[in-house]
Amino acid sequence: MSTTDVVVTGLGATTPLGGDVASTWSALLEGRSGIQTIDEDWVKELPVHFAGVAAEDPSQKLPRHRLRRLDRTQQFSLVAAHEAWADAGSPEIDPLRLGVVVSSGIGGILTILEQYDVFREKGWKRVSPFTVPMLMPNSPSAAVALEFTARAGAHAPVSACASSAEAIADGIAMIRSGRADVVIAGGTEAAIHPLNIASFAAMRALSTRNDDPQRASRPFDANRDGFVMSEGAGIVVLESAEHAAARGARVYAVAAGAGYSDDAHDIVQPDPEGGGQSRAITDALADAGLKPDEIAHVNAHATSTPTGDVGETKAIRIALGDSAADAVAVTSTKSMTGHLLGGAGAVESIATVLTLHHGRIPPTINIDELDPGVTVDIVRDEPRELPTGAVAAINESFGFGGHNIAIAFRRP
Amino acid sequence: MAHSEQEILAGLGEIVDEIAGVPADQVTPEKSFVDDLDIDSLSMVEIAVAAQDKFGVEIPDDQLKDLKTVQDVINFVQK
Repeated sequence: MSTTDVVVTGLGATTPLGGDVASTWSALLEGRSGIQTIDEDWVKELPVHFAGVAAEDPSQKLPRHRLRRLDRTQQFSLVAAHEAWADAGSPEIDPLRLGVVVSSGIGGILTILEQYDVFREKGWKRVSPFTVPMLMPNSPSAAVALEFTARAGAHAPVSACASSAEAIADGIAMIRSGRADVVIAGGTEAAIHPLNIASFAAMRALSTRNDDPQRASRPFDANRDGFVMSEGAGIVVLESAEHAAARGARVYAVAAGAGYSDDAHDIVQPDPEGGGQSRAITDALADAGLKPDEIAHVNAHATSTPTGDVGETKAIRIALGDSAADAVAVTSTKSMTGHLLGGAGAVESIATVLTLHHGRIPPTINIDELDPGVTVDIVRDEPRELPTGAVAAINESFGFGGHNIAIAFRRP
Repeated sequence: MAHSEQEILAGLGEIVDEIAGVPADQVTPEKSFVDDLDIDSLSMVEIAVAAQDKFGVEIPDDQLKDLKTVQDVINFVQK
């Protein structure tokens, strides 16, 4: 580990599988689905009746008066950030050396929709004066910066479902550039609302397996029929290796490098040949100084849509080359969490970091019949041990707009 | 309907607790909303809207800035 490295020293998450990292991680290893039927009347008017609702309501962990001025995206981000910060040992840090990069894919859409209802029913004077600071897409970033007195800068890259992976990539860059010693990075989403479900359903992007929601998210399965919308947040504490070493911090992994690309192919469909995605992976390897045969594991974006997952396996093969691609163990934790949209890249980065830390790869569940187009080794049904001596792993995140982010993590 | 000073004080205590998380027993007449109770400008707007609902009065925006202390609000409601 060199002193210029960026390391991961704290993890926090709130997901459909659990209200913290420990419960989420154990559910992932157990192969448990966090997807549930939505118990609301409005689902009857929709083609999709289920989602990945957060296992713990964030409002239970925050003072009542603060909830009035925090959109659910902000609530998730604060809960996860507190967990990550405590997990990192609450580092003592000059506020001018502490940065924040926390994203959301959509922003405070529940606030927008609720306050529009208030406006129409009761008039402008009854609209909450906190509406704007709750709906703006940078609101989770701003809320976390305020909470932790982070004055080095607070950023919010928005790239749909790649947003929180981009946040972590930007956090690495922020430390490397010398603008901060510690960065709270990740992302959040809270978009389970009839309009959002209708919007994704109108694209035919969502699974409609209403009779079997826990088996609806099935990346790489021949009969997958779309993704499952989920909510929650993932936050990591990134730190310069020098700063972490000076305070004797526990290091989960080195955030070794990141690659960014765009398909520029279609606004929502990924390049089916995996060209843009493979460039992100290749650039992450180069940025991390890793060789393809040092990558033992990939946490795939793999959302369970008919078009996305197979192209991603092609991208892995292009980027790593045949020999390394044959050896790599690929999984999609979305089979259990569903798709946290702007929170996905961070939660999956945490899963990737823990895979390296504990040496166990969570399975991809719900594959009854592997899609014959899948060209890599998928970890199915049961967790698998990482090979002895495994060096590094990659998390991949892709978003509408053709945004591709790959992050390489390495064992310390 | 006229409200007694005690009723208004108790009502304001509930509102301030709900909106700003300040315990109702700290909401006493001499306290300044901004300086003593640490209430920001957006929360003051919410408190004013809630007070209008609770006491059936209209607080025009241009008079809101003059309501600096809890006693100021009590006086305004009783006026």
